[in-house]
Amino acid sequence: MQITFELNGQRTSVEVEPDRPLLWVLREDLGLTGTKFGCGRALCGACTLHVDGEATRACAFPIKYAEGTAITTIENLESDPLGKAVVDAWIEKDVVQCGWCQPGQCMSAAALLKEVASPDDSAIDAAMSGNLCRCGTYPRIREAIKVAAANVKEEQL
Amino acid sequence: MSLERRLQHAFTELAKQNHEQPNSSTVVKAIAGQSGKSIQSRRTFLANSLAASGGLALAISLRGNKVVSAKEATISAGQDGFSPNAFIDITADAGVKVFALHDEMGQGTHTGLAIFVCEELEIDPSEVRVEHAPADGRYNHAAFGVQMTGGSTSMTTAGEVMRKAAATAREMLISAAAERWSVDRTKCRAEDGHIHNTESGQKLGYSELASNAAQLEVPKDVALKAPKDFTRIGKPTHRVDSASKVRGTALFSFDRKVDGMLTAMVERSPYFGGQLERFDDSAAKKVPGVRAVVEVDSGVAVVADGYWSALKGRRALDIQWSPGRGAMLDSRELRSQYHDMAKRKARTVESEGDCEQSLANHETLHASYEVPFQAHAPMEPLSCLVTLRDDGGADLVTGSQFLGVDRMLVAAKLQVDQEKVSIENSYLGGGFGRRANPKSDFLVEAVDVALAAKKAGVTAPIKTVWSREDDIRGGWYRPMYVNAMSASFKDGKLDAWRHRVVGQSPIRGTLFEPVIVVDGLDTWAVEGATKLPYHISNKLVELQTVTLPVPVQWWRSVGHSNSAFAKESFLDECAEKLGRDPLELRQELLRDHPRLLRVLNTAAEQAHWKQPLPEGMGRGISVHESFQSFSAHVVEASVEDGKPKIHRIVIAIDCGPTVNPDQVIAQMEGAANFALSATLEGEITFKNGQVEQSNFDDFRVVRMHEAPKIEVHIVDSRDPMGGIGEVGVPGVASAVCSALHDATGKRVRRLPIGDQLS
Ligand code: FES
Ligand code: FES
Repeated sequence: MQITFELNGQRTSVEVEPDRPLLWVLREDLGLTGTKFGCGRALCGACTLHVDGEATRACAFPIKYAEGTAITTIENLESDPLGKAVVDAWIEKDVVQCGWCQPGQCMSAAALLKEVASPDDSAIDAAMSGNLCRCGTYPRIREAIKVAAANVKEEQL
Repeated sequence: MSLERRLQHAFTELAKQNHEQPNSSTVVKAIAGQSGKSIQSRRTFLANSLAASGGLALAISLRGNKVVSAKEATISAGQDGFSPNAFIDITADAGVKVFALHDEMGQGTHTGLAIFVCEELEIDPSEVRVEHAPADGRYNHAAFGVQMTGGSTSMTTAGEVMRKAAATAREMLISAAAERWSVDRTKCRAEDGHIHNTESGQKLGYSELASNAAQLEVPKDVALKAPKDFTRIGKPTHRVDSASKVRGTALFSFDRKVDGMLTAMVERSPYFGGQLERFDDSAAKKVPGVRAVVEVDSGVAVVADGYWSALKGRRALDIQWSPGRGAMLDSRELRSQYHDMAKRKARTVESEGDCEQSLANHETLHASYEVPFQAHAPMEPLSCLVTLRDDGGADLVTGSQFLGVDRMLVAAKLQVDQEKVSIENSYLGGGFGRRANPKSDFLVEAVDVALAAKKAGVTAPIKTVWSREDDIRGGWYRPMYVNAMSASFKDGKLDAWRHRVVGQSPIRGTLFEPVIVVDGLDTWAVEGATKLPYHISNKLVELQTVTLPVPVQWWRSVGHSNSAFAKESFLDECAEKLGRDPLELRQELLRDHPRLLRVLNTAAEQAHWKQPLPEGMGRGISVHESFQSFSAHVVEASVEDGKPKIHRIVIAIDCGPTVNPDQVIAQMEGAANFALSATLEGEITFKNGQVEQSNFDDFRVVRMHEAPKIEVHIVDSRDPMGGIGEVGVPGVASAVCSALHDATGKRVRRLPIGDQLS
C-alpha cells in the first residue's frame, strides 16, 4: 500500500504493508534510528514522535494512519525554537545516561511545552509518566523541562 | 580473596579452557603467568606493557576501528597520523580520538576516561572524540586481564593506563614541536590542545604536529601530573555523549545495520530448560517478508526482512515444547521451600566469636527478609548483528559489557581461532549486568542463527533482535533470596548476629564456577552480609545454595542488592527492640568505621534526622559499603491509598576522590530510582513453570510521577577511590521500608512492597 505523509517537513511516500508500525518504517526503511524501540506496546515512550504536533507512540501506530499527516521525529526537533530549547536544556543539564529513552523524552517534553508554557510538577508528572527511564534520570528530566520553559520565556520577552 | 583476585583467576582459567585454540589473546596469557602477583603489580605491569613497550604499541594502529597490520600502521601513521599507543590517535583531519577500553552504558565512563586523557594531554574533553574499542586484547581490563566493563571498576583501574597513554602522547608532541622550532623541549608547553613556544609565543595544534610526532621514538618513562596540578580530574565535566544521544545520532546496537541485512527473532522455550519437541512453520513461512525458519540451540528462529515480519512470522509458528524440570517452577512454592530451608543450619561462610552460644543463652529476635527474581530490563532490548566470513570466522556488531569473554565464546561456537572473530561495540542502552553474560548468550545465539540460516541457504548478514517480552521472560535474573536473620541481646546491647542466605548462585554452571566458587560457596551471593562492619562480638554468616533451572546473573550491585536490604532492615528491628534511635545505634556500632560513620552523619544532618515530620510521614536510614565506596540513604515516605509514596531521598556518598563529581551525582540519582523500581513493584514470578511478567505493564518500573526528589551529597574524601555505578543501589530498599514502618507501624520484609500496605 502506498502511504504519503510529510516527514520532518519533506513529502514522503512509502510502499508498505498497512499494519506495519510507523516505528519500523522510520527505522528500517527510512534510516531514521533516532526514534527508539523499548516495548512495542505503547508502554515505555521510547518511540515517541509528533503526529500533527501531538506526542504519539510510533510502535503502536500502524503506518496506514500516517496518510496525510505531518510527522516530526527527534532528527528534526531542533528546527522548531521550542524543540531546540528542549534539546539545549537536555545537553546543559547532562540528563542522559544510557540515552536510549531520551529522544522519546525530548519529544514528549516538547509536546508538553507547546501546551503549557511553564509546566509545574504535576503537569510534568502527567505529561511525562508515559516515558520510562530505566536509568532513572527523572530528576534531571524534570529540571531540564523547567530550564527549557524558562529559556523560551526569556526569549519571548 | 578479593573480588579482583577472584575475577583475575576466573578469567585466567577461562583463557586456559579455551586454549585448545592456538593464539588466544596474548595479554591473557601474559596475565596467566602473573597470577600470583597483587593487583597493584598487575596494573603496573599492564600500564608498563602498554605505554613502555613502544615497539609493539607503535606497531599497531587503529584505522576506522579496524586493526591493521604493523607494517600498514607504521606507514599510515607516518602519512597522516599519530598513534603512540592503542588508546590515542591523532590525525590532521579527525583531531584527537580516544579509544575507550570500557563500555558506555550510561554510567559516564566514556567521559571519565576522556577526563583522564585530557588531564595529561592538556585539551578540553569537548575537543576529543571518544570511540568504542573493538574486541582486542590490548583493551583488557587493567585489573581483571580480560576486556570487560563491570564491578564498578572502570575509574579505579583505568585511570593510570589512560593517563600514561596521554602523557606519552603529550611528551612526543612536545618533542615534535621543539624539533620544528629548533628550540629546547623545556621551552615548549602543552595547553588547550596546542604546544606553545614559551619564548616566541608561537603555537601549534596537536593535529598539525601529529605526522612529526609519529616519526619519534615512544619514550619509556613519562611523568604523570601531580594531583595538586589537576585542572580536570575532580571537576564537574559535561558528558561527551550528551548531544549525540539527545539528538538521536548516537548509534546503539539496535540501530546498527549493514547492506542486505536481515532480522531474526528466536522463539525460545517458555520453560527454562525446556526442549523443542516439534514445530510446524508452514504458516510462518507464508508471512510476507519471512525468508527462512530454522532450528537453533535455543529454539526456532524466524529470519525476515525486518522486525515486523520477523515478529509476525514468529507468532505464526506452531511449536510443541517438552517443559522438563522448569515445569515445576512456581513462586509460591519456591518461597515456602526457601523459608523452610532458611530454618535449618546452612554452610558457614564466615564466623566470629560464638554466635550459636549467644543465641541460645540470651534474649533473641528473628526475622526473615525476601527478595524476588529481578530482570535487568535495559531500556534498549538486546541485539547482535552477525556477518559470517568465508574463512569460518565472523564479524559481529553488538552492545556488550564483556567483549573479551564474548570473543572467546563466539570463537568456540564457530570452532575457529579468536583472530577470526571481530566484535564491534556500540553504545549500550543500559546494561545493569545483563550485557555481561557469562555464557555470552545473546552473541552466541546470534551466531547460531546465522550458521543455521546459512545451512538453509540464507547467507546475508543477520541481526538477531529481542522483543521486550523476550527480555523479561528470557532469564538471567538476579536470583531470588530469603535471608533468615537472628540476633541476641545482652545487657541492652547486640551480642550476636546471624545472617543466613538462601538462594541460587549466579556463578554455578558457568565457566567461572571452578574459580569463583570456593569450597562450594559462591561468595558473591553473601557479599555485603560478610564483613559486617557493626561492632558485635559474635557473628555468623551462612549460605544455603539452591539449584534451579532458572538462569541467573549479576544484577547491578550483585549480592549487595539482597544482603543490604536484610542487614539494614534487621538492624532497624534490633534498634526498635532495644528502644534505640536507628541512627544512634548505627553511630555506636560503627565507631571503628570512620568512612561509614561520616556518610551516615552527613546524610542524617542533611536530612534533618532529628526534626519532626508532618503527620503520616516517616523516615528511614541505611548505611552500606559496596565496591570500595560508602553510602548512606535517608528516605522520607508515606502511604497514600494503600500505596507507598516516596517523597525524598537524601544520599551521602564517599567514593574517595572523584573524577567527575556531576556524574557521581547522576549515578546516585539513577541508582536510587533503579533500586526503587525493585523495591516498590518490580519482580519476576513463576506460575505453572512460566514467567508471569512480559512487558512494562506487569514488570513495573518507576515512572516520573513516582520518582522522588533526590539530594546527593558527596563527602570530601582523600581515601582510596571506590566505584560508583552500583554503589547507589543497595541502601535504598531498607531505608524505604524503614520509612514506611516509621509512618505506619507496618514492617515490610518481602520485596517488592506491592500492595502489602493496602
Ligand atoms: S516502544 Fe513504543 S512505547 Fe515503548
Ligand atoms: S537514559 Fe537510560 S533509559 Fe533513560
